Amino acid sequence: MTASLEVRRLAYAYPDGTQALFGVDFEIARGERVALLGPNGAGKTTLVMHLNGILTPGHGTVTVAGLPVGKESLKEIRRRVGLVFQDPDDQLFMPTVREDVAFGPANLGLRGPELRRRVEEALDRVGMLEAIDRPPHHLSFGQRRRVAVATVLAMEPEILVLDEPSSNLDPASRRELAEILRGLDVTVLMVTHDLPYALELCERALVLSGGVIAADGPTAKILADSDLLAAHRLELPYGFALPRAEHSP
Amino acid sequence: MGAGHSHQLYRPGDTLVHRLPPQCKLAAVAAFALVVVATPREWLWAFGIYAVLLGVVASAARVPPGFVLRRMMIELPFVVFAVALPFIGFGERVPFLGVTLSVEGLWAAWNILAKATLGVVASVLLAATTEPRLMLLGAQRLRLPPLLVQIAMFMLRYMDVIVDEMRRMRVARESRGFTARDVRHIPAVAKSAGALFIRSYERGERVHLAMLSRGYTGSMPVIQDLSASSRQWLTAGMLPGAALVVLLGTTLVNGGL
Repeated sequence: MTASLEVRRLAYAYPDGTQALFGVDFEIARGERVALLGPNGAGKTTLVMHLNGILTPGHGTVTVAGLPVGKESLKEIRRRVGLVFQDPDDQLFMPTVREDVAFGPANLGLRGPELRRRVEEALDRVGMLEAIDRPPHHLSFGQRRRVAVATVLAMEPEILVLDEPSSNLDPASRRELAEILRGLDVTVLMVTHDLPYALELCERALVLSGGVIAADGPTAKILADSDLLAAHRLELPYGFALPRAEHSP
Repeated sequence: MGAGHSHQLYRPGDTLVHRLPPQCKLAAVAAFALVVVATPREWLWAFGIYAVLLGVVASAARVPPGFVLRRMMIELPFVVFAVALPFIGFGERVPFLGVTLSVEGLWAAWNILAKATLGVVASVLLAATTEPRLMLLGAQRLRLPPLLVQIAMFMLRYMDVIVDEMRRMRVARESRGFTARDVRHIPAVAKSAGALFIRSYERGERVHLAMLSRGYTGSMPVIQDLSASSRQWLTAGMLPGAALVVLLGTTLVNGGL
């Protein structure tokens, strides 16, 4: 079976010469939920921008379900990779929730009842169907984040990429979002430095640090390795501890 | 989050006027304004009939007079200007309460007041019965360049976000002991305005990325079907149509005298 996402020797330098990625290698199988952990400035956002072709790699390749990211495949790639941005106000730019969720599938050429069905289904999956005709700025922050998830679900993506999904959420909204994400039958890559959230939702974690993948393994095992965390400026919240894995390497 | 500054003009409802497609209403209001402007100022009763026509539309749309009156404040600067005219006008003068007023100035003032008021009331009724976003979609159907429509649409969406940001910056300024009292404080306020501009610009870039990520290729997909039937065009045309009949009728009568 082809992997949902395959990143090979990906390197990138910004136009001003700052090198952000130094050869990133990983693979995500279909249906996996993976956390991408890393301190601020590790290159997480830069990596995410490569996944749907907003940035073009200086070196290396990104492949989504067998299709390499490139100029010709951009349209299909952007359908397959659903990016949920950190600030829902950036993601929700249309006057009503309905129009916003319809924006993606309409760009794919869907119209009429089929479009309507997609929009309603996507909103239903995040429990926001009743807000369909409201303007996004009248929703609470947590509701807006859920609608933002719906906007990409409506495109029926191969992989859902979330940038800091738990940021600025109150505990209840955070839990609601976790329940929604766990219920989705889709591959998820979650970029975060909220380690407990990664542990709660993702069985596997990648640590991106200094522009390379510094660790790749079961989330519980990575979070229990305090030396590894410390080496990459990752910290568990106060009072939060994981038992060290019994047979750690 | 604010309650939405963009919706103060709109009055939700489900009347015949509300249900008309926005492009019909926009065209009708524009045509009505043209007829009003084309009416010679001396034909007082024609203006009376125009006012009655607007009254009929308002009652059909169930928009109460107080709602319209409050939103007519926008006309105030014109009123001030119009009131000044009889005092500063030239030509023949008539005495009134101990002062003399220019006859020409009185006519000019009446002309401005009557036509502006009718135009403003018609626009207020349009805005009260049409959601802002539909108004833009209607304008797009009337062949307004799509780029302008997109810009206006983003303004509509981000107005509250930016006003909110502005408020937070003011609170942050004042929390550190700053209050704008006189001209010496202008630089600080101006710098905040500049920062706000940059923040908004950066947000624009992020929004553009989000749009690209969902397959944006330069034009907004038209999702809502806004086609108007000929019957709806006819209904909307009743307002400017009736006004035109009044104008032409009066022209005939006056020409026949």
